[in-house]
Amino acid sequence: MMTTSQIGNKLVNFFTEIGELSYFAGRFFKELFTKPFEFKELLRQCYNMGNRSLFLVGITGFILGLVFTLQSRPTLMEFGAQSWMPSMVSISIVREIGPVIIALICAGKISSGIGAELGSMRVTEQIDAMEVSGTNPFKYLVVTRILAATLIIPLLIIFGDAIALFGSALVENLKGDVSFQLYFNKVFDAIKFSDILPATTKSFFFGFAIGLVGSFKGYNCTKGTVGVGEASNSAVVYTSMLLFIIDFIAVFLTDIFFEL
Amino acid sequence: MEPSKNIEPILRIKDLKKSFGDNHVLNGFTLELFEGENLVLMGKSGSGKSVMIRCLVGLMQPDEGSLEIMGKDISKLAQKEFNELRTQLGFLFQGSALYDSMTVRENLEFPMRQQNKTEEESLKLVHEALDSVGLRDAIDLMPEELSGGMKRRIALARAIILKPKIIIYDEPTTGLDPITAKEIIQLMRNIQLNYKTSSLIITHDVDCARVISNRMILLIDGVNYAEGTFEELSANKDEKIQAFFK
Repeated sequence: MMTTSQIGNKLVNFFTEIGELSYFAGRFFKELFTKPFEFKELLRQCYNMGNRSLFLVGITGFILGLVFTLQSRPTLMEFGAQSWMPSMVSISIVREIGPVIIALICAGKISSGIGAELGSMRVTEQIDAMEVSGTNPFKYLVVTRILAATLIIPLLIIFGDAIALFGSALVENLKGDVSFQLYFNKVFDAIKFSDILPATTKSFFFGFAIGLVGSFKGYNCTKGTVGVGEASNSAVVYTSMLLFIIDFIAVFLTDIFFEL
Repeated sequence: MEPSKNIEPILRIKDLKKSFGDNHVLNGFTLELFEGENLVLMGKSGSGKSVMIRCLVGLMQPDEGSLEIMGKDISKLAQKEFNELRTQLGFLFQGSALYDSMTVRENLEFPMRQQNKTEEESLKLVHEALDSVGLRDAIDLMPEELSGGMKRRIALARAIILKPKIIIYDEPTTGLDPITAKEIIQLMRNIQLNYKTSSLIITHDVDCARVISNRMILLIDGVNYAEGTFEELSANKDEKIQAFFK
């Protein structure tokens, strides 16, 4: 059982880390608007993150739509409400399930990847080598990665949502004789501006959190190769936790402004 | 090239102190490096050599003491000025520290990013640096395709690409087989002759120190324990000094 001082130490460490993460985020915004701008590296990171996650996000989205529809179908049929399937699935996926699941998948892939890459660069003195050569490694490595994640995650979420809806339409087409055209007509009738705007807005914050935590953990990595593993692992854990907190705040604000 | 001691040192460290909690790593270390000189710094593991060079290149802040590079106190420089000064320093890291995600060419071009050079000028400098280390054919290879010795050579090429006035070598021969180590030592000598650099070499390798040093400093318990030429120090009967040459 933990003593009071041990609990106290854990709390101090927790709040110290929160403080360091906030300082890291502050430094990101400061460096973001100062020259030189690393456009080439930003594009490279966008391409790497987007291209390498596309397949995983596509598969996840497809299975998500497929399974969600298959599981919901019997219940809706019981009430004779299967015609509500496109509306229900599309609103659920666009508003909540799509962004959260795909952001979690990206936390596992992108955030841990950034943590491991920067951590390994830290322990092999590559970041020190950049600094010694007169380049600002924070700007080159961190700002580009956080910005790329912030820009790319919303696109991946939109892509994932679209594939999920396609998966759902496929099930309805095969099991319910609903044509793709009819299915998507009902989807676009059901989805409103107030569904898309909050979901898209929060996906930018998801992307920011994924880039920020991965970079923070990797950039401040210590303890050699063990530290790289820890950085990668804790990047996923902290990002996932942060995603749920952001989601809670986003839903709360959406309820205030759009009356859910 | 013979060192010229009648002028101001190109690098000066004075009364450098650095502690980590109760662990006092540097306790007033002092060093002067003159133009054209090869100064070897030897010390046991944990004696503060790496901490000293990390302070020197701005990767760590000292607790006390002054660090001057080419007459400029680095603690008084703005970050931009210090970054400009850093281009006059070449640094060979112990583990080479090549950027994994970049080709050899990109690795060598990296220090030139702030220099506003055209692609042709950059490529010319890359070829020149690679010729100096005898690895022109490796220009398009990735670091993972290079052997340990080749990595060290490429790292050396990156360190000299901007033709620095001072090169700092951190354990340049550690982890290499004796033949490759000799090749690296020969390269270091050639570079000093061709580029007219001053070198601060941190090493455990007695052969390296014998071949390359004009002067040596032995670092024990965070202070200068002894100073002199290789011959003077190796002939000294002090047990602590002799321990370095056994």
